[in-house]
Amino acid sequence: MSEVLMDIQNLSKHFTVETNLLGKPVSVLKAVDDVSLTIDKGEAFGLVGESGCGKTTLGKILVNLYSPTSGKLFFEGKELTALNDKQRRSYCKDIQMIFQDPYASLNPRMTIGDIIAEPIIINHLLPTSKVEERVIYLLNCVGLAQHQRNRYPHEFSGGQRQRVGIARALAVEPKLIVCDEPVSALDVSIQAQVLNLLDDLKEEFGLTYLFIAHGLNVVKHISDRVGVMYLGKLMEIAPKMELYANPLHPYTQALLSAIPIINPEKKKERIILEGDVPSPIDPPSGCRFYSRCFKKQDHCKLNAPVLKEVSPEHWVACHLFGK
Amino acid sequence: MLLEVNNLKTEFKLKHGTVRAVDDISFTIDKGEILAIVGESGSGKSVTSLSIMGLLQKPGRIAGGEILFKSQDLNKLSQQELQKIRGNEISMIFQEPMTSLNPVWRIKDQIMENITTHMKISRKDALARTIKMLDTVGIPSPADRANDYPHQMSGGMRQRVMIAMALSCEPELLIADEPTTALDVTIQAQILELLYNMREKFNMAVLLITHDLGVVSEAADRVIVMYCGKIVEEADVKSLFKHPLHPYTVGLLNSIPQIDDDSDKRLYMIKGMVPNPLHMPPGCSFSDRCDRCMERCTKEVPELQEIDGHKVRCFLYDEGKEGELKAI
Repeated sequence: MSEVLMDIQNLSKHFTVETNLLGKPVSVLKAVDDVSLTIDKGEAFGLVGESGCGKTTLGKILVNLYSPTSGKLFFEGKELTALNDKQRRSYCKDIQMIFQDPYASLNPRMTIGDIIAEPIIINHLLPTSKVEERVIYLLNCVGLAQHQRNRYPHEFSGGQRQRVGIARALAVEPKLIVCDEPVSALDVSIQAQVLNLLDDLKEEFGLTYLFIAHGLNVVKHISDRVGVMYLGKLMEIAPKMELYANPLHPYTQALLSAIPIINPEKKKERIILEGDVPSPIDPPSGCRFYSRCFKKQDHCKLNAPVLKEVSPEHWVACHLFGK
Repeated sequence: MLLEVNNLKTEFKLKHGTVRAVDDISFTIDKGEILAIVGESGSGKSVTSLSIMGLLQKPGRIAGGEILFKSQDLNKLSQQELQKIRGNEISMIFQEPMTSLNPVWRIKDQIMENITTHMKISRKDALARTIKMLDTVGIPSPADRANDYPHQMSGGMRQRVMIAMALSCEPELLIADEPTTALDVTIQAQILELLYNMREKFNMAVLLITHDLGVVSEAADRVIVMYCGKIVEEADVKSLFKHPLHPYTVGLLNSIPQIDDDSDKRLYMIKGMVPNPLHMPPGCSFSDRCDRCMERCTKEVPELQEIDGHKVRCFLYDEGKEGELKAI
């Protein structure tokens, strides 16, 4: 079957909020807590969740912007977490990231040509004489004109800037691209353009995506498999058709039912969750979703459910399933 | 009829020329109705709401038209007279609850300020009313939470506080400018439900400004689609989504990935981007992005015409509905 490109095993990232006099942590924010998943070569894995669920932190660990507190990362069978900084660097080229905010992620004092050329030069991928040719090729790939390479980011619109961010990620010929909310800052008509571009590039360069977003409709459009996160934990993983047709976890059900449908004649039954997402600082020991769950039972408060495969490829972390 | 906007024009005088952000728009809102204005960034939807509230900042100014609220032209009132209406008969909630609440005041003081400004009422009664309002919008243990500062609350809670404040004087018109855009979907569902219930409870009209067609479809009675400062289409919510007429509306609807669509087809794209307001194309402002653009569209500006109660600004419909487009 398909080859595993990225294997994430029991990954955690904890941030210390407060320490006592001896420097021991007394209050810990568990942004990502014991998450395991695999991403196959050539697939788009969608990761959804509300703000604060840890999806961006997970993405940043993959591109080595954060180092994990515990857990292992295997990329093409090589354990990344066992490498030292210098060795790890050589893998950074293979895993690139596209950021949410196209305004904040481009250096305003560099021309976009220089922005795209920088990773090529740093990684010594091409002799200096060939760099410009490559930059022009990349600009064409993402639908920008070559004469635009001497302009600065502020001269571009949001959608165009996101294209520059995509070209920069492509510059080093990555195998995996972490797309962190790449379209949520864009207008609807521009959003469709960027989504189609990402689809085309995936085909053309044989890319693998980890697609992080909170818009479930966008994730459904682009992904092959989808994972749902809540407060640092993975709640459910399934192929997208299965997940959207047959969501098992109460949180996934609520999330899906909360999306407004564009059809005023089709009023659907809506599960309205009570309250807000609790703070990820010192979360309770039981199920993370306990405080808002509409199917909660007494033992959910005490025991945290683990992710179990309840039907082929469909994994759920809930006591209601897989007994 | 509660609010009637006639030929409103709002301009911004800039160094390089004048931008007409709102260009000759007219609409009405009835009592108890939810009217949605939908459009992308730069379409003039927020400027419309600020013009109604008299909150335009320089260099913006209203260049023409009238805003009749209960047959009284808001544009002709002095600031003092307007102050009596704002927050009392018309109130507004904003997109970012954090930036529109005062961070150094307690919640209760901010809501009480509005109540005591508009009503002759003792502080004790005002506090009781504040707590009752917080309870109405679904804040748990309202008497305790009233003492909180905005930073102690979550985004959804803050938006509820904003709504409580806006409704504290039982306004007849609520202007909600992107009330759910900064919120997560599960919280968005809560807030939309709340707005809906409040409308029923107080029988107030809502002018809902949003870019999210999903929210429009869930909440609105009637919809106005704006593009580059002009109304391009206006209809009741059912016929707009069933038979969108303007190519822009059709394009918008088709470019959104649908949650109940299982096919893997490519998304429809509206080509290009919103034109620079200083360099608008001559003729129809959508002509440079339109798939159905005709020669005439690049020369003349189409008028808003009405076909069976459904208004559209497009030359395709000069001979009635025959040119109707296929949506989705």
